[in-house]
Amino acid sequence: MSASVLYDAPGPKARARNVIYSVLGSLLVAGIVALILYRLYDKGEFEGAKWDIFNYSGIRENIIEGLFATLKVFAMAAALSLAFAVVLCVGRLSDHKLVRGAAGIFIELFRSIPLLITIFALWVGILDSLLPFSVSIKPMWALVLGLGIYNACVQAEVLRAGINSVPRGQREAAYAIGMRKTQVMATILMPQAIRAMMPTIISQLVVTLKDTSLGYIILFPELLQTARLIASNTTVNGDYPYVPTVIVIGSIYILLCLLLSALANWIERRGRRAKTGITPAKATPPAEAAHA
Amino acid sequence: MDVLLDNLELFREGFVGTLSLTATSALLALVLGLIIAGFRVSPVPPLRLFGTVWVTLLRNTPLTLLFLVAFFVVPQILFPGINSFLLAVVALGMYTSAYIAEALRSGINTVPMGQAEAARSIGMTFTQILRMIVLPQATRAALPPLSSFLIALTKNSAIAGAFNNVDLFNIQKTLSNEGYNILVIFLWITLGYLAITFTISGLFRLLERRMEVAR
Repeated sequence: MSASVLYDAPGPKARARNVIYSVLGSLLVAGIVALILYRLYDKGEFEGAKWDIFNYSGIRENIIEGLFATLKVFAMAAALSLAFAVVLCVGRLSDHKLVRGAAGIFIELFRSIPLLITIFALWVGILDSLLPFSVSIKPMWALVLGLGIYNACVQAEVLRAGINSVPRGQREAAYAIGMRKTQVMATILMPQAIRAMMPTIISQLVVTLKDTSLGYIILFPELLQTARLIASNTTVNGDYPYVPTVIVIGSIYILLCLLLSALANWIERRGRRAKTGITPAKATPPAEAAHA
Repeated sequence: MDVLLDNLELFREGFVGTLSLTATSALLALVLGLIIAGFRVSPVPPLRLFGTVWVTLLRNTPLTLLFLVAFFVVPQILFPGINSFLLAVVALGMYTSAYIAEALRSGINTVPMGQAEAARSIGMTFTQILRMIVLPQATRAALPPLSSFLIALTKNSAIAGAFNNVDLFNIQKTLSNEGYNILVIFLWITLGYLAITFTISGLFRLLERRMEVAR
């Protein structure tokens, strides 16, 4: 149902009312924004000196290093989670009860533990108490492993939904021409499931990207931790430039996530176009629409 | 076992902290999400724009960044001396409200078009249609995603604990300083979270079953 079904085409009275609502609503929002901006201005957050820090090459390099650290962790966690998700998903759909049960328990367990706890526990060395030998995990690997395991569990469920959405005839036809279980999964089901679930998979990747900021809490110098380091190590007139750094770093995060979301939308539109295949001719549009 | 029994008071404090943060911010997120979802389908263009901007911005900002703003920027710049629990509630509630608004909006999209058309034809206004016809039916379709977003909210509340808000995650610092085995500490903390998330999913399953009967 499109939103416009919820209301009639506005008449003169409704249009006047809508204008009043628009003006009032815009004034309210503008007022709140202006108040915040004024408070920031009043505290001297818009002074040139505070923003001048971004002209120093040291700080610029810090930001770029932080950005690369974030992207590196994201790339590794994304690759790990997708590869592991395929394994978990196949395990969950296995014919063997034991494998199916183990994969199911693993997925449910790690999906319900808060991601922060997984990462933090890995960082403080929970593996030491689990394993007979001692391992030391650097913050980066704790972050990558935690993100990878958690997102693998989520992506595995996404893939499972995708595989269940493939028409049953596909699997039956594949078995009928003598394919083996592995072949059916690898060449018939998985490709179609991945294609059907691509938008969901990518929006989960956006979540993975956002969650790399949890590295802040385990003191891994990714983008957000870099922001805090910059803000707390630089003083401008005896004050810390928290607001400018938060604005700059926040914009970088939003931009990165928007780019990934845009990719998801593009793939979704592309997939919809391709999937239609041969369609019956459309009914002729009404006369006015044809001229428009 | 000793860890739990020796520090029952601390665990209780942490559990109540997580529970109250979850409940308050879930309430805020539901109310805000409902309002924003209403904005997104409203006949007034600026309100629609506001809803879209709200959802896009909040869904693409890391929650850790929001907490950083809430705990370091807001108290120093905007409202000095504000309660940190309130800040955590606002940050978590606003973040989740964007997801809830989207869940509700896709729920609204599942309501058959004829419902709203029939309501319009008997002269109902936009708010009446939304309140009496569309939203009650949309809720049914929106329940499963709502439940998973509220569970995500519970799990995300741990991030507030890392910023010195007293909750289940926060107490692990005290406990590991006292030298308990971290494996056991995290086991109990995780069980605390699982208790809350299982309650939420149970409640929603109950709700779903009751709503199903109504259909």
